[in-house]
Amino acid sequence: MGRTKKMVKEELANRPDNTAFTQQRLPAWQPMLSAGIVIPGFVIIGLAFIGIGVALFVTSQSIQLLELDYTGVEQTSPCFKCSDPNAKNCMCELTFSTDTLFKGPVFFYYGLSNYFQNYRSYGVSKDDDQLSGNLDNFKSPSDTCAPYEYDRNNKPFVPCGAVANSLFNDTFKLYQIVNGAKKVVPLDGKGISWWTDYNIKYRNPAVTPLKNAFNGTVKPLYWSKPAYELDPSDPANNGFINQDFLVWMRRAALPDFRKLYRRITDGDYAEGLPAGNYSLQIAYNYPVLSFEGRKKVVFSNVSWMGGKNEFLGIAYLVIGSLCVVMSVVMLIVYAKFKFPEEE
Amino acid sequence: MGSVASYFGQLCGGEEKKEEERHLRANDRPFNLSYNYANNAIKTSKYNIFSFLPCNLFEQFRRLANAYFLFLMLLQLIPQVSSLSWFTTAVPLILVLSMTAVKDASDDIVSRNCNLKNKYLNNSVLGQKTEKWKNVQVGDIIKLENNQFVTADLLLLSSSEPLNLCVCVCVCVSCTADANLSLSGEVRCEPPNNRLDKFKGTLTLDGQTYSLDNDKVLLRGCTLRNTEWCFGVVVFGGPDTKLMQNSGKTTFKRTSIDHLMNVLVLCIFGFLASMCTVLAIGNGIWEVREGSVFTVFLPRDEGVNAALSSFLSFWSYVIILNTVVPISLYVSVEIIRLGNSFYIDWDRKMYYPKNDTPAQARTTTLNEELGQIKYIFSDKTGTLTQNIMTFNRCSINGKAYGEQLCLYKNYGTERVDFSWNRLADPKFMFHDYSLVETVREGNLEAQAFFRLLALCHTVMPEEKKEGELYYQAQSPDEGALVTAARNFGFVFRSRTPETITAVEMDRSVTYELLAVLDFNNVRKRMSVIVRSPEGKVTLFCKGADTIIFERLHPSCNKLKEITIGHLNEYAGDGLRTLALAYKDLDERYLEDWKQRHHEASTAMEGREERLDELYEEIEKDLLLLGATAVEDKLQDGVPQTIEQLAKADIKIWVLTGDKQETAENIGYSCNMLREEMRDIFVVAANTAEGPSVIKARAGLFWLQRTETVQDEKVDGDYGLVINGHSLAFALEKNLQMELLRTACMCQTVICCRVTPLQKAQVVQLVKKYKQAVTLAIGDGANDVSMIKAAHIGVGISGQEGMQAVLSSDYSFAQFRYLQRLLLVHGRWSYLRMCKFLRYFFYKNFTFTFVHFWYAFFCGFSAQTVYDEWFITLYNLVYTALPVLGLSLFDQDVNDRWSFQYPQLYTPGQLNLYFSKKAFVRCMLHSCYSSLILFFIPWAAIYDTVRDDGKDIADYQSFALLAQTCLLVVMNVQLCLDTDYWTAVNQFFVWGSLAAYFAVTFTMYSNGMFLIFTSSFPFIGTARNSLNQPNVWLTIFLTSLLCILPVVAFRFILIQLRPTINDKVRKEALPAPTPRRPPARRISTRRSGYAFSHSQGYGDLVTSRKFLQRLPLWSRQAPFTQTDSPLAQNQPQHYRTIAEEPEESQSP
Repeated sequence: MGRTKKMVKEELANRPDNTAFTQQRLPAWQPMLSAGIVIPGFVIIGLAFIGIGVALFVTSQSIQLLELDYTGVEQTSPCFKCSDPNAKNCMCELTFSTDTLFKGPVFFYYGLSNYFQNYRSYGVSKDDDQLSGNLDNFKSPSDTCAPYEYDRNNKPFVPCGAVANSLFNDTFKLYQIVNGAKKVVPLDGKGISWWTDYNIKYRNPAVTPLKNAFNGTVKPLYWSKPAYELDPSDPANNGFINQDFLVWMRRAALPDFRKLYRRITDGDYAEGLPAGNYSLQIAYNYPVLSFEGRKKVVFSNVSWMGGKNEFLGIAYLVIGSLCVVMSVVMLIVYAKFKFPEEE
Repeated sequence: MGSVASYFGQLCGGEEKKEEERHLRANDRPFNLSYNYANNAIKTSKYNIFSFLPCNLFEQFRRLANAYFLFLMLLQLIPQVSSLSWFTTAVPLILVLSMTAVKDASDDIVSRNCNLKNKYLNNSVLGQKTEKWKNVQVGDIIKLENNQFVTADLLLLSSSEPLNLCVCVCVCVSCTADANLSLSGEVRCEPPNNRLDKFKGTLTLDGQTYSLDNDKVLLRGCTLRNTEWCFGVVVFGGPDTKLMQNSGKTTFKRTSIDHLMNVLVLCIFGFLASMCTVLAIGNGIWEVREGSVFTVFLPRDEGVNAALSSFLSFWSYVIILNTVVPISLYVSVEIIRLGNSFYIDWDRKMYYPKNDTPAQARTTTLNEELGQIKYIFSDKTGTLTQNIMTFNRCSINGKAYGEQLCLYKNYGTERVDFSWNRLADPKFMFHDYSLVETVREGNLEAQAFFRLLALCHTVMPEEKKEGELYYQAQSPDEGALVTAARNFGFVFRSRTPETITAVEMDRSVTYELLAVLDFNNVRKRMSVIVRSPEGKVTLFCKGADTIIFERLHPSCNKLKEITIGHLNEYAGDGLRTLALAYKDLDERYLEDWKQRHHEASTAMEGREERLDELYEEIEKDLLLLGATAVEDKLQDGVPQTIEQLAKADIKIWVLTGDKQETAENIGYSCNMLREEMRDIFVVAANTAEGPSVIKARAGLFWLQRTETVQDEKVDGDYGLVINGHSLAFALEKNLQMELLRTACMCQTVICCRVTPLQKAQVVQLVKKYKQAVTLAIGDGANDVSMIKAAHIGVGISGQEGMQAVLSSDYSFAQFRYLQRLLLVHGRWSYLRMCKFLRYFFYKNFTFTFVHFWYAFFCGFSAQTVYDEWFITLYNLVYTALPVLGLSLFDQDVNDRWSFQYPQLYTPGQLNLYFSKKAFVRCMLHSCYSSLILFFIPWAAIYDTVRDDGKDIADYQSFALLAQTCLLVVMNVQLCLDTDYWTAVNQFFVWGSLAAYFAVTFTMYSNGMFLIFTSSFPFIGTARNSLNQPNVWLTIFLTSLLCILPVVAFRFILIQLRPTINDKVRKEALPAPTPRRPPARRISTRRSGYAFSHSQGYGDLVTSRKFLQRLPLWSRQAPFTQTDSPLAQNQPQHYRTIAEEPEESQSP
């Protein structure tokens, strides 16, 4: 060609760069759904699933669970008398027995059904700023709290909003009946909420005594006691960091839910509830019958995979088996319809 | 609102008034400006700095999708309805708007720069001022110099040549440059229109009125030739020029996927409305049955009953489910197209080093359509061919000379050295030494052969310096032949009307030119009668073999047979042949003939007929000398490209302004027409009326019969050649369907002698009735209309004219790059776009359907399943990059395999990868996935607790679980769809997942909550639930349950019904056999005659006018006046022979 290099360079000024990126030649891994990967893959996944499924199922089976409905719909129910909405401070007593040791630590839940804590306008009806101890929001709560923002006298509710207002207020006492006598089963209410809720998300205003922070505010409509007197036995368990309040404020995802009430970890019952007869004394306050809701108490222990839930174990087993079946089907298909090489 | 819209419309668009008559004064700017005629700037940029923001926003909100999101945002401001915080819509909308705005701005800047570049040519305007073209106004007098482009329509005033041939002489006789300054002519003429062949107006000068017609204007797009300078008045500027008016409306091209997407978006709106209606009804029922009694804990607002609540929940759900209409869809689509356009710009394999031209995607919105082309309409000259004629072979006195082997590759045989010939053209190449020897040995026939070539023509010589000869040939064929004669020692040197001087083997000989029997399309031959210095009178004739052979003396029969053999060979190779013959004339007979010729040529009646008779009489009993074969050089790789495209099931139609013979020849040399075709229908009527059209019509009807018998499937290959006149007839309403059906059954369709308008009509016909994607490729201004009409226009760049490129969507330098553009870039773009759309719809539907299922468990209260921040970031951050990576890098098979299996292209033509069906499949798939994604987490956390007995079935944990499941599934699905895993893809996929967890943990952290308490209520959720084994087991389960069926389904599908892609990917197909060189073809049934010559030059060279070196600009086109007046002024330039000798050696 006889041109100097420089000239060539100048003449080819518009030549695109020769890089793997611009020329679309980036090195790449090109996996394919080949029989050698898919069929063994299904077998391995299937077997793994069956293994996991068995483990989950066995674990779930080992969890003990005791559910007691105390709504009092049926006339035979000891709580039937309390189902009358006019009954005030109604108490009822539920007895039950266990045949074997209910292994500890036992967790004591209350459960509600047909209760739409996940209803949007219910769920947003609270004021996070107020609940984190912001005194400004004591005076003027966020308007998300409607319709529980101010009372008729235009005094702000603290805590405001529907969620706080509807705090579950049934209380329970558990006795073991030993030789006809009632022996109190100690219930532990400490640390039943999330650590982050207790320490970060919910905070009382830095005012002592706490009561002063609530000056000029009113307690929520349905509450019998103001927030700073929720737990008379433990002054540290009051205000927004009351454990029962925290548990309630973590609203449920589904209309049927259970919430942790107490743990049974102390004294004679650290190993669990021994076989025997028990009596549950219920202070029946919370109205659910008007919307066909149900209330229940649940005693349960937990495993590494949490509470009793048979679904996961069964699902793993079923899907694992399906994978194995599928791999066989695919093997047959592959053998029958393998690419005709000569085509 | 409407008035505001129209105000913006005016501000950003602009309307024009209708013009009745154009009235201008030369060099009187104030007068001319008062009419507000368009100046010469052709505006392509839309905005300026100040109008950008309002105009751009206005433009953007005219888009349905953007307006919809604005509406959604307003909806969210109503507290009763708002189910989401305002930022979930605002953040994406602002991001989308700003990205689009940035793109629009950069587009605008690019087009502005491009405009400047094109218009930066300086021009002299009288008054010693030099102006940029774009500033030229109507009425300005402009001086143009030789070889300059004319960029406005000018009324020609004077040129450097003393006697102007085609200029209104009366004006210019008195025009000196000085006089021009004070010229105060007034021009009245027709308003701007698109008729290239017509111009009507009057010029008033010094009280006298002259009429103006088409001969007196220079049109934009032409190049000034053969004159040093000229002056002209601008009559039409910029958008008013005939060329711009003729180039058709610039319609905004949209791809078929765009159209489909619009339909789908409408369907989705309908679907959204029905989902919301279902949920609203659900809400009504729930309110009646549950909500009315749940009032203990959630009292109703005043005056809200079930009906109102249901109405409000409808709108709340419109907000929540809006993600079915993905806002980022359009932006992502634009980005993908932009990226894929850059790949075209960057492709080295489409870069032409000879003139340093890279391929260019001038439109960035049509890429995927490149993968769906079904019809290609190609120009011939400059597109398929290089427009270079080379004298390749010849047959002299029964002996064939020239290359026998390697038609397309010249290496192997040595180039003949012509250094012995002082006047030889150094660029001329010939590869057969024996011919030179034959000539130099003094072989009489060979000498006569070249003498004929040197004398019998209408070429104008130009000798600026001693020994440096330039030929101005009216047709490239002639140029090639005369140059060949020159190199073989018969140099045509100069001519006067009566003489021709040639240098024959270094001896100057002057012949007396007695008569030129001009060429025309019926005669198909031309002759000259010359008297040699020795006094011998000879008639030299060259012409179509069939014509010459009829007129030969019987004594030549044997020679004729041999020559016919050679001619068949040449024709088989697609060469353009001419037969040469001569005849010695008797002096006395000639005198008599000349007398009669004179009488005939001055006769008032029947002049043409009488002349024809006379010519007929003298051109008989000729003695055959031989035949020439000129190669109309194809561009490199044209036959291979055409073969490849044909394999990809793309039909190629050639639309050319050239003559039928020329076009047919190219058809053969490109392998489009083949000897083994069953039949080639030639529909060629000569005039628009008359019996020939009826014949043509009969031909068409006959064709139609064959078609109805054999329906769409025809056995055997057919070809169709149709010319402009027949086409004009066939394009009429009642016949066009027949034409289309017939043409579509033929393997090859060649339309010759068509006007630019007809080209566009043909394209539109196919576009309209075949519902197929069309592509038009061309290089000249006469292809502009076709390029604009087709779905995709491709311009061949790097040639002289830029018009085709400027109106094209893609441009590159060589026709052969078309296969890479379509088979590689187009295919990939289509594949990527379809994968993207499928995945994108899947991802958004799945996301949204989960909300739908959740509605049944939350009292239809428009409670979202996910965290609001997740909703905001899902499309923009978490899933944006992996899918972009997929749609920018994915390749099912690499480019090499794409070439080897052009069949891979067909799925695009059949719309297989993305259609309404595919969309429905997408929806069903999302439906399944969303069921899994909602109900598995639902069942898994139902009534369960953490391993420390605390809450996990709370709303926030459930939201986190559901969104994590969703994101993992989406990423795994993307992995499954990705065929081509580059490092970038890996980075995007893993990076997105990592970003999700990082962002989630950050947003749910203590710090974020302490700073923005009310914005991040999910504090601690991630920590508390993602450390639970059952949460991870749930995520794992959902992912596999979503993915495994897809894997199994795809695997079985590959086994049962493997597509061509699967086969190629598996490389189960045998490696393709190397391409065999095309077998040598001997034509047995057709003449290879082709000669792109037109009538009228014989008269010119014998008249005295040619001394003025006729301005060729308005007569350059391959069309003749009678054939297609439309094209007369089209800038088409023939280069002289072998301008680029390296050309043939290019790889």
